[in-house]
Amino acid sequence: MAAVGSREVKHSTKPAAQRRIDLNGYLFVLPFLVFYALFLIWPVILGMRMSFFNWSLVGTGAREFLGLTNFRELFADPDFWSSLWHSILFTLLVVPTIVVFALGLALLANRAIPARWFFRISFFAPYLLPSSVIALIWIWMYQPGFGLINSYLTRIGLPEVSWLTDPQVAMISVVIATVWWQLGFSFVLYLAGLQEIPKELYDAAAVDGASPLIRTRYITIPLLRRTTILVVALALLANLNVFDQIYIMSTSGGLDYASTRSLIVYVYEQGFTLYRVGYAAAMTYVFFVLVLAVSIGSFVLNNRRRDV
Amino acid sequence: MSGRNETSRRRLAQPISRRRFLYGAATALGGLAVTGCGAVSIGGTGRSVDFWNLFGGGDGARLGAMESTFRKDNPDIQLESTTLAWGAPYYTKLSMSAVGGRPPEVAILHQTHLASYAPAGLLEPLDPQLLSEFDIGPDNFLPTILESSKYEGEIYTIPLDTHPFIQYYNTDICKKAGLLGPDDELKPLEGPDAVIEALKKAKEVTGALGLSFYAADSAGPWRLFYTLYGQLEGSPIISPDTREVTVDEEKSLQALEFMVALSQDAEVVPVDLDYGGSVAEFLSGNAGFHWNGDWEVTTYQDADLPFSMVPFPNVFGENHISQADRHTFVIPKQPTKDPRAMEPAFQFISSMLKNSLVWAKGGHIPAYLPVAESEEYRKLSPQSNYVGVADNVVLDPEAWFSGSGSTMEQRASATFQTAMAGRLTPKQAFAELRTMLQEFVDTPKPV
Repeated sequence: MAAVGSREVKHSTKPAAQRRIDLNGYLFVLPFLVFYALFLIWPVILGMRMSFFNWSLVGTGAREFLGLTNFRELFADPDFWSSLWHSILFTLLVVPTIVVFALGLALLANRAIPARWFFRISFFAPYLLPSSVIALIWIWMYQPGFGLINSYLTRIGLPEVSWLTDPQVAMISVVIATVWWQLGFSFVLYLAGLQEIPKELYDAAAVDGASPLIRTRYITIPLLRRTTILVVALALLANLNVFDQIYIMSTSGGLDYASTRSLIVYVYEQGFTLYRVGYAAAMTYVFFVLVLAVSIGSFVLNNRRRDV
Repeated sequence: MSGRNETSRRRLAQPISRRRFLYGAATALGGLAVTGCGAVSIGGTGRSVDFWNLFGGGDGARLGAMESTFRKDNPDIQLESTTLAWGAPYYTKLSMSAVGGRPPEVAILHQTHLASYAPAGLLEPLDPQLLSEFDIGPDNFLPTILESSKYEGEIYTIPLDTHPFIQYYNTDICKKAGLLGPDDELKPLEGPDAVIEALKKAKEVTGALGLSFYAADSAGPWRLFYTLYGQLEGSPIISPDTREVTVDEEKSLQALEFMVALSQDAEVVPVDLDYGGSVAEFLSGNAGFHWNGDWEVTTYQDADLPFSMVPFPNVFGENHISQADRHTFVIPKQPTKDPRAMEPAFQFISSMLKNSLVWAKGGHIPAYLPVAESEEYRKLSPQSNYVGVADNVVLDPEAWFSGSGSTMEQRASATFQTAMAGRLTPKQAFAELRTMLQEFVDTPKPV
């Protein structure tokens, strides 16, 4: 006689009604599906087609079939490999830094009970700024002579650093700006994760004589495993595609292009500045395979650790 | 009386249901949308000109003044001027707008980009008859300048100016350094040693920089190199049919060695200044000399800096040859086929050219002969100091990958900057330059 019983009846003896419910569902989803197909699925297919032709941004060359020439060219192109390496290096530098700092700051902020809201706002605020604003702020801070960082360095007697133009330092400069920008998001995730750890575990460990360090290492960090996996996965995917900061700092700030150009920046240069969208598309699909592998890897990892 | 109060109070006390609120909001928004339609139709006869340009800073202010004059003289034409960021993104946007069928009626194009736009069919050919009707016909420009506006015999661009790479100098600092002649003009500097000597003396006076120059930039090092290479009368770096790299090695090395000497041996110029930084350093009196295009004159005049401008010194050669580009007006491929539809655009271009004395005050050398040959222009100082340079300029080679803001310039500048920073020898830098040019020449043409 319960509602559950009557719903089961609907399932088995009134298929027409169920089909109508299904139809309503699809109609609700249809507007989004149309946009999705038009702006995500169709361009992916079109891009795949472009990569086999000498497709130009101005529309010429769409009939010039090149087969695998674009792909052969990109595998032999030293700029492609160096750009790919820059994207990977950038990710390898940014992701661990964000994880470590976000966790550390979250642990600290977790203790500041009365002022926790203040730290939440201060660390999260940069994340709300658009990438172009971040790039411009840091360009000014990195300037030689009158830039904020260099003026402090010289004030304490250290030599100036050419943050943007020195190829040894340029990548690190972009990494620092990016970490400052994206830290807030992971910080908030960790802070939320910390709230969920039951206090009793800490109390029990303290009773057993565990020092704060041991408590952090054996209770906090393992219980944050899911958050860590989430943070790492999000940061990986976001930073493999790095474009904004490097592009803006190169064009508007004198960032050393040769040591920082990421793959997406190179794709943009080939496709939009040099009009070779066919070649750019080929590079994008090769990169897509790589990013897909990373996503699948993180997905598998996440699912296997479901025991937590 | 009390009844009415009670009723109204009851109505106020009743909460608005969600449905009524949404209904009301939708109606309000619909009303707003409809008023939007009305405004467009009331707006006038429909003669409008969309104008895209890349003139920011001092140039932007001058452009604004010229546009106001046009608007005052032509109240029946609606002018919409959009300033986009200088560089490669501007050219991407312009070409995509032409391909996408929604181009502006008029746009600015650097002369050096004609070779990538005209073959792709992105520009409307211009009828000389129609141009003459608006006083901007072929006879108003020098033959050499007119020739470069053509592609396969058709005119595609209407030149506005030539803007060469020139030398600014701070008159106070140079006076203290003993570099001024009896007429308080800079003594001519002939030869690489004289130039370096002068820069060193300026550095002694300022204690900071001898020369303020933007080596950390995608265009600066290219302009300097190309000027020096032009002064050495090096062969064209690419063959006219863009199939071969014909850059002269020995002359390139001479040019590169001079650039390296400036930063490494004489240490009169830093290698990590970007464009904004270099302007700031000259503006604040930290440098005696500044090498840049002619467009910053307004910036320095507005700051009451004691300065003057002269053609780029004869480091090599005798004719003050320097790198330059030209700003031109173009009409991107329009979706409508009616030639009369371009008339408001011609009216606009004509007005701009006739007012290009204002533009010349911003530093550029006007291409429109009635202005270039006028008394007022000849009297403009310090602009009149470098008028003659327009006859001796070298422009980027005509190719789909070259031009102001192109990847070729950007890559070459990166190589030259690395050489100036001492991390590459001139020979290595030249090898990189030649490899880069060869790659471009070998790439299948996308236009």
